[in-house]
Amino acid sequence: MRHIISILLENESGALSRVAGLFSARGYNIESLTVAPIEDASLSRLTLVTRGNEQIVEQIVKQLNKLIDVVKLVDLTEGGHIERELMLVKVRAATHEQRAEMYRLTDIFRGRMLDVSDSTYTAEMTGPSDKLDAFLATLGAENVVEVVRSGVTGISRGPKGLHV
Amino acid sequence: MELTGAEIVVRCLKEEGVELVFGYPGGSVLHIYDALHGQNDVKHVLVRHEQAAAHAADGYARASGKPGVVLVTSGPGVTNAVTGIATAYMDSVPLVVLSGQVPTKLIGNDAFQEVDSVGITRPCVKHNFLVKDVADLAETIKKAFYIATTGRPGPVLVDLPKDVTGAKAAFEYPKKIKMRSYNPTVKGHAGQIRKAVELLAQARRPMLYTGGGVILSDGSKELIELTRALNYPITNTLMGLGAYPATDRQFVGMLGMHGTYEANMAMHQCDVLLAVGARFDDRVTGNLEKFCPNARIIHIDIDPSSISKNVPVELPIVGAVPNVLRQMITVLREENLKPDAEAIGRWWQQIDEWRAIKSLSYRGSDTIIKPQYVVEQLYKVTNGQAIVTSDVGQHQMWAAQYYLFDRPRQWINSGGLGTMGFGLPAAMGAKFAFPDIDVACVTGEGSIQMMLQELSTMKQYSTPVKIVNLNNRYLGMVRQWQEFFYEKRYSMSYMEALPDFVKLAEAYGHVGMQIEKPADVEGALREAFALKDRTVFLDFLTDPEENVYPMIPSGGGQNEMLLAGRDAMKNVHEEGMILV
Ligand SMILES: Cc1cc2nc3c(=O)[nH]c(=O)nc-3n(C[C@H](O)[C@H](O)[C@H](O)COP(=O)(O)OP(=O)(O)OC[C@H]3O[C@@H](n4cnc5c(N)ncnc54)[C@H](O)[C@@H]3O)c2cc1C
Ligand SMILES: Cc1ncc(C[n+]2csc(CCOP(=O)(O)OP(=O)(O)O)c2C)c(N)n1
Ligand SMILES: [Mg+2]
Repeated sequence: MRHIISILLENESGALSRVAGLFSARGYNIESLTVAPIEDASLSRLTLVTRGNEQIVEQIVKQLNKLIDVVKLVDLTEGGHIERELMLVKVRAATHEQRAEMYRLTDIFRGRMLDVSDSTYTAEMTGPSDKLDAFLATLGAENVVEVVRSGVTGISRGPKGLHV
Repeated sequence: MELTGAEIVVRCLKEEGVELVFGYPGGSVLHIYDALHGQNDVKHVLVRHEQAAAHAADGYARASGKPGVVLVTSGPGVTNAVTGIATAYMDSVPLVVLSGQVPTKLIGNDAFQEVDSVGITRPCVKHNFLVKDVADLAETIKKAFYIATTGRPGPVLVDLPKDVTGAKAAFEYPKKIKMRSYNPTVKGHAGQIRKAVELLAQARRPMLYTGGGVILSDGSKELIELTRALNYPITNTLMGLGAYPATDRQFVGMLGMHGTYEANMAMHQCDVLLAVGARFDDRVTGNLEKFCPNARIIHIDIDPSSISKNVPVELPIVGAVPNVLRQMITVLREENLKPDAEAIGRWWQQIDEWRAIKSLSYRGSDTIIKPQYVVEQLYKVTNGQAIVTSDVGQHQMWAAQYYLFDRPRQWINSGGLGTMGFGLPAAMGAKFAFPDIDVACVTGEGSIQMMLQELSTMKQYSTPVKIVNLNNRYLGMVRQWQEFFYEKRYSMSYMEALPDFVKLAEAYGHVGMQIEKPADVEGALREAFALKDRTVFLDFLTDPEENVYPMIPSGGGQNEMLLAGRDAMKNVHEEGMILV
């Protein structure tokens, strides 16, 4: 199962390497990891996507909680949540047909054109990861020059928030 | 008044009640050594190798229950200490390690004697800090002691750049510390406790499996009270020995790979298992698929990540051992729950049948010294009262099996990391903690050579320890595995060119004895222990090819034990071979 774990971390030097080190030392898988400071400057918020059966994910959550620098965490996938990822993609757009097709597909997937050159377009798209995957599949690997993905961030649905 | 960072370090140690620091100087900690000079509050022990500083502090901590303190210089000082830190980490021993670091401006510059100490130790400490500002120093040290000694204990490293120990700041030691991200649960959940007690009371074939957590939390008193009230059988892990008196009727011996037949069989057949401060280590469980097939399991542990890690548990209770057991005793009394006396009686009958197999019996000899016999005599000569440390190997298992530990903190060994070289410095640390109690270090000719230099420290500080060298001229534990699993191809397990241990002891200013005949074993031990203020190196030439029994080969179930003199190698599972 795929899990999105959202963590409030002390904004200390080295805190991030404790999280990363935990995953490599214990052989857990990290699919993506995003981290940025939040309005309370003493904390940063980290969103981590991992996969594993129930027992492994239970251990991951316990081991993360055990890190002194982890203040609080929530497994977003346990409840209703919103997941978003940002992707920038540069596609081949040299011929007239290519340009039209790329423009059309980007529009269908509700992406936005950010840049053009005489042979490429660069589009931006946000959404759940599977939507971004679908867009890439539709474009076709042969048409893609470069892809950059931010990794997943997420937030729970409903009135509650993750606070200290 | 303003103090230098170095003075602040010393003042903090004093405030924490630290009497002893084990360390070794070098450039980056010279300010601290200067501050230690000419004061009497904190005594410093100069070891001969930084690994020994960590082991000695560890032995001191395990014996006394107080945190051990280590002081080492940057670079090689820290890397030398890492094995000792990892040893303490695996066995959850509270240490505070103060390490020097290059000045903050030079960090990251490949400066002289620079290593990323925080990075190197990260996976083997409970937590670590790099202090960048002298203003944060006192609070950081306070946090280090707090983290090291509370919850599941463990080593904490504080890295101190030289400019920080040189700079000045006002000193105020925080009285209390509160951390929003660290707050271990001590009291057990009342509902879970009620359920646990009810389940326990219904058991027909109950078993108590208890570990190092009981000793770490000083929970023996409560454990004994509960166990006696229930009249249930109890086993200890290697780390838990002494938490329940080994001479008590209800004690069925150690469990696990080299545990007794009765302990492992009772584990295998029990219907309710109460695990207390034990972590279901692979040396204990054997093959997980065959582990306690019929048991409903209750697990008390202060570290949630120990629970359901290897074995799924029906009733988890997060909390400290003494608190939770006290709560359980109260519920048991209040609800007046009585186990089914008849069922328990039958269970004891079964256990006594297993006991009658006498799985620890061995064939004695008049001509060659049996290692088991030496430990039995050590037990006799010390009236079972000595603090015993050990190194790692066969001798460690024999010490665990044949010395009956009746009190906690009496048995000190490296179980989790299995660090050869641990025994001697740990014995020294224990002797510092208890100058009036006999301390014996049971070791092997392989292990002892890993930390021999500490004989010099022991001379300097007069910490008399009796070294019981079970000298089989083999890396015996390795040889045993090669005999069983590699058709006796003894690759690199033979110890050639051994030193003359008697002369060696004498060269360091100690007493040395070599014992070759079984008849001389007891006398030599008596003579050695009579030399109260001397370290004595007793070199026992033991049967080179003796094996440790019983044994559950890796991959085997708890009921698939090999017993001495009865079983040829069998039940060796392919899959077990990789478990080592
Ligand atoms: C050569 C060799 C052979 C070995 N053979 C065996 C063997 O046959 N049998 C055996 O048992 N071991 C054996 N071991 C040791 C084994 O490797 C483990 O170290 C040992 O089994 C672990 O013991 P434990 O489960 O008591 O856990 P420990 O490592 O002592 O862990 C303590 C547990 O208690 C918890 N705890 C800590 N403080 C508290 C508190 N305040 N309240 C509640 N819980 C707390 C911790 O979270 C942890 O889960 C062997 C080791 C070596 C080197
Ligand atoms: C530092 C270290 N290196 C290697 C090992 C692997 N090892 C475990 S037991 C053992 C043999 C120990 O020999 P000795 O001290 O003579 O004890 P014996 O088994 O003969 O009693 C070895 C090499 C270890 N545990 N620790
Ligand atoms: Mg040996």
